[in-house]
Amino acid sequence: MSDETNENPAPERVIGTPAAAPAGKVLVSDDEAGPVEAGFDIDESKAKKAERIVALLFLLAFAAGVGFMVYFIGWSGRDGGMHGIERTQESNLWLGSLMTLSFLAMAAGVTVWFRRLMTSVPIEQERHDLATAEATRASFARDFQQGTIDSGFTKRPLLRRTLLLAAAPLGLAPLFLLRDLGPLPEKRLRSTWWGEAVAKAKREGKQGVRIIVDGTNVPLRASDFNSPGGMITVLPEGIHENGEETLTLIAKATTILINIEPELIKPVEGRENWTVNGIVAYSKVCTHVGCPAALYEQTTHHILCPCHQSTFDATDGAKVVFGPAARALPQLPIAVDDEGYLIATGDYPEPVGPSFWERG
Amino acid sequence: MADEQLPKAVAGPLNFVDDRLGTVGFMKRNVKKVFPDHWSFLLGEIALYSFIVLLLSGVFLTLWFKPSMLEVHYHGSYEPLQGVQMSEAFASTLHITFDVRGGLLMRQIHHWAAILFMASLMVHMLRVFFTGAYRKPREINWLIGIGLFTLGMVEGLFGYSLPDDLLSGTGLRITQGVLESIPLVGTYGYMFLFGGEFPGVDIIPRMFTLHVLLIPGIILALITAHLMIMWHQKHTQMPGTGGTETKVTGYPFYPVFMAKGGAYFLYTFGVIALLATFAQINPIWLFGPYDPSAISAGSQPDFYMGLLEGSLRLMPGWEITAWGHTLSLNVLIPALLPLGIIFTGAAIFPWLERWVTGDHRYHHVNDRPRNAPTRTALGVAMVTFYGVLWLAGANDVLAEKFHLSLFATTYFFRVTVFLFPVLAFIITKRICLGLQRSDAATMAHGYESGTILMSPEGEFSELHKEPAASEKAKLLSKEEPKAPLPAVDANGVPAKGTKGPIGHLRTRLALWWNADTVPIQGDGDPHHHGGHETEEGDQPKQLTH
Amino acid sequence: MTRFTAWRRRSWAGYAVVLAALVAIGAIYAGVSPATDQAQASGSQAQAADLAKGKQLFNQNCASCHGLNAEGTKDSYDNTIAPSLIGVGAASVHFQITTGRMPAMTTAAQVPAKKVVAPFDDPENVTAVAEYVQSLGGGPGVPVVPEGGDVGLGGKLFRTNCAQCHNFTGQGGALTEGKYAPNLLETTPVQMYEAMLTGPQAMPIFNDTTLTPEDKAAIIAFIEAVRGEPNPGGAGLGRMGPVSEGVVGWLVGIGLLVFAAIWITAKKPKKLKKS
Repeated sequence: MSDETNENPAPERVIGTPAAAPAGKVLVSDDEAGPVEAGFDIDESKAKKAERIVALLFLLAFAAGVGFMVYFIGWSGRDGGMHGIERTQESNLWLGSLMTLSFLAMAAGVTVWFRRLMTSVPIEQERHDLATAEATRASFARDFQQGTIDSGFTKRPLLRRTLLLAAAPLGLAPLFLLRDLGPLPEKRLRSTWWGEAVAKAKREGKQGVRIIVDGTNVPLRASDFNSPGGMITVLPEGIHENGEETLTLIAKATTILINIEPELIKPVEGRENWTVNGIVAYSKVCTHVGCPAALYEQTTHHILCPCHQSTFDATDGAKVVFGPAARALPQLPIAVDDEGYLIATGDYPEPVGPSFWERG
Repeated sequence: MADEQLPKAVAGPLNFVDDRLGTVGFMKRNVKKVFPDHWSFLLGEIALYSFIVLLLSGVFLTLWFKPSMLEVHYHGSYEPLQGVQMSEAFASTLHITFDVRGGLLMRQIHHWAAILFMASLMVHMLRVFFTGAYRKPREINWLIGIGLFTLGMVEGLFGYSLPDDLLSGTGLRITQGVLESIPLVGTYGYMFLFGGEFPGVDIIPRMFTLHVLLIPGIILALITAHLMIMWHQKHTQMPGTGGTETKVTGYPFYPVFMAKGGAYFLYTFGVIALLATFAQINPIWLFGPYDPSAISAGSQPDFYMGLLEGSLRLMPGWEITAWGHTLSLNVLIPALLPLGIIFTGAAIFPWLERWVTGDHRYHHVNDRPRNAPTRTALGVAMVTFYGVLWLAGANDVLAEKFHLSLFATTYFFRVTVFLFPVLAFIITKRICLGLQRSDAATMAHGYESGTILMSPEGEFSELHKEPAASEKAKLLSKEEPKAPLPAVDANGVPAKGTKGPIGHLRTRLALWWNADTVPIQGDGDPHHHGGHETEEGDQPKQLTH
Repeated sequence: MTRFTAWRRRSWAGYAVVLAALVAIGAIYAGVSPATDQAQASGSQAQAADLAKGKQLFNQNCASCHGLNAEGTKDSYDNTIAPSLIGVGAASVHFQITTGRMPAMTTAAQVPAKKVVAPFDDPENVTAVAEYVQSLGGGPGVPVVPEGGDVGLGGKLFRTNCAQCHNFTGQGGALTEGKYAPNLLETTPVQMYEAMLTGPQAMPIFNDTTLTPEDKAAIIAFIEAVRGEPNPGGAGLGRMGPVSEGVVGWLVGIGLLVFAAIWITAKKPKKLKKS
């Protein structure tokens, strides 16, 4: 056995085979030395060793800290600074590693310091009563009552009441200041830009607004979108001409176009002519909490919302078949214009997106 | 012994301040303030230090971030997004990432620090709960803690939303959908928060101000109050470490606790930097700019919002439409109920426990979790409830990674969210009682030393030994519950607090709270009680309340 | 007592073993987790093929399920076992075979991609069967991916029409009933094009008149750019968003800090005392 192990007798309660008991000690109750805390007598030769370790760790932290600055100026700053993904990767690795090294080396140094070199001993202190003494409480109560009497607060209720009355509006006024945070809901949530675009097109003598592919912004012909199993995200033509409103309008107008074998579509009463040769259009805004419900499986004809897994049947008016959504996805009436382009002939018949109190 | 004269460099400024403010009196009282030692007492410090990291890195980020939803075309150094239309908020986040030196590191430090802030708040609260450290006089700090956690969730959600990437926009969209579903005022709240319809152009500047000024200000104030109260009340102590209800033991603030705290601050900063160097977080350049018609598979919030995400996924599609109004139970119930149960339950728990147990005393020495089996079991049941909803929030990832049916995971979690907490309660309580029995056995006839003796007759037996004093103190820290209030006293008058249905309920709850407790008796000396088994019917040692 | 036994009874030995095991698990995981290296474009070109050879290969490898005339087969309940291949075109055949999905070995919820086995490890044989199926009823042929796709446009189109299933960086995702959208880490440009064109399994079809070949090239260019680029912020954590980040935050972040807390508050070593 080495000297090391003599100094560290194996713990008594071990999992597995316990250590062999030292000869002659079997029946003797072991002296249970409590935790040995750092005492006044530190073995100076061991302390010197610990001191060197701590100093070395602090020097390492210093070197890493200097290295951070040197790298920053010297290398990440070459060619006028960091540009692009490779340089970012390199810079993140170097700056981060040096920073980490600096912190952790310093932390380890401090830990070794107080574990091996600090000579403080555990001490004991009284816990004082938190509650104030009864006499003080009584004395305070007297002072407080006297103050109330002196002020006349209880004696003159008219003053008290008018003061409260005067303060009340001041408390409410800030709520009025917040009124202009936004418009009132009114009928905003009931329509989408499809309705506006269709109305505009009809004023110009057209049958409806053309449907464009989101991203390429190209109008789509019925003959273009002719593969059963097809799916694409579409928008009304001209929606991008609305300036800073555009994204807000897209958020309600986004629509998915799906091509299903016509014989599979179950007709919905009143919507018999809302499809074109198996092409149906549903709102892409989930009726649960508004994520884009766009995960379309062409084998099951299910539309799944990737956020909370509400599932809708595209062949059956997008009715809910699973998940937390309560209502079918609204359907957009579509047709074909004289040039063969797919058009929307009206707005969604009901509000799109999540339910709200006034929805009905 | 130490000199009574301070070196001039220290004495000069110290006396300058003391002459004017009288600070030395305060410092004298506190320089040797005792701090009890236990590893779990440092968990709350992670939150404090990561908050400091959040403030520092956050200030760095604000120097470049532009909280604007103005649409621009990107022309920075990240090639795949060249020329793509995006908001200024997103473009400036890309700029910080790829064109500001150390910017990505700072972004990742900020995000990892946020993750650690919330995670450490959770483990800290669990430590406080399971050791009973929220009991009188520490209820106020417990409530402050719950407030901090709630604010942390909101602060995290806002910070997550600021870069205006596809993932954060989706989170905002869900927030909007939930807000909209509130009866009566939902649409008004929605319009007022967003300045019109979603997403509008106001939400990011508004969230920015809340995220960098208002909420961190409140959090900072609450943390300060939390620490001052802790300092004033003195920290709790683990049983068997020397402290009692009237005295506290440990190392002095200066130099030991200061060194420990300083080292732990460096560890926290170091671990956050380590994560930020080697683990990529929130790669917004891969998510792309927010686009209301785009969505990604696996869209999840940060983990501390996972509970809400999971409950939204599990809820069946219940909705009531009547008298021209719609009540979205499918959104309201999951958004309000689980968090309501956990936060309200946690907030009223100290008072509930006091009412049931009738224990109005101060508690400065913590409970060992096994010695409060009902509390521990309730806590584990809540953790299980939270955990199931957490997993449910990632059910699509689970389904994909483990090749499960997506709907089957939903059905599984719909059942287990009710079943597992009950099982967890029963199992935990039994484990606690088993540990109590083991403690009782140790105190009755020593602990099993692992040394096997062979008697001259050839019989093998295990040598039992007397535990160390500190171990005995720990085991004996268990307090036997007060006997339930008798229904009627000697004169047939019902005892105060047991009258009426409420009093009856209270008596029943008290019985349930203390059911099956195992008394700990004996002195741990194997020679005095050789072979004696502790009987459960033994008269328990009682403490007068 | 051996030196090792003495070592393993030290107070810190348990932590050291746990730490070593964690490091080992991490290293093994890093070794087996899929790399994001850019896959080689197969560049498989339609070559003159012998229809007879194609028919022979078809009869040997495909006809047992799809029928001798590729008309498909049904079970006694009239459920499709294997679909008809008349009119699916060479693109579909090429996609299914080069990704290893066909010949199928399983009838699970979804036929998985796997390593291509003989005789289809020879591109000529694939082409021969594809040409043969093409000759049965037409359909889309094996496409040629246009050069120089617009990555920016591709990203927009991908996020709008593909990411809902395949995730923003093509890591894949869950569908209903055990089906899944596969990851796009190894998929070649031609295969991606074919998948969009033919809509394999649950995937919807994006035909060339809805998304033009240039649009498809843009999407492919985006995927190739993203999957080929390094993760500047360290390990990618699966590039799947906050779930893996949360796991790492808890296990590594809180885990390491708990180790630090235990070290800080551990009892002081006995060897400090002067003996």
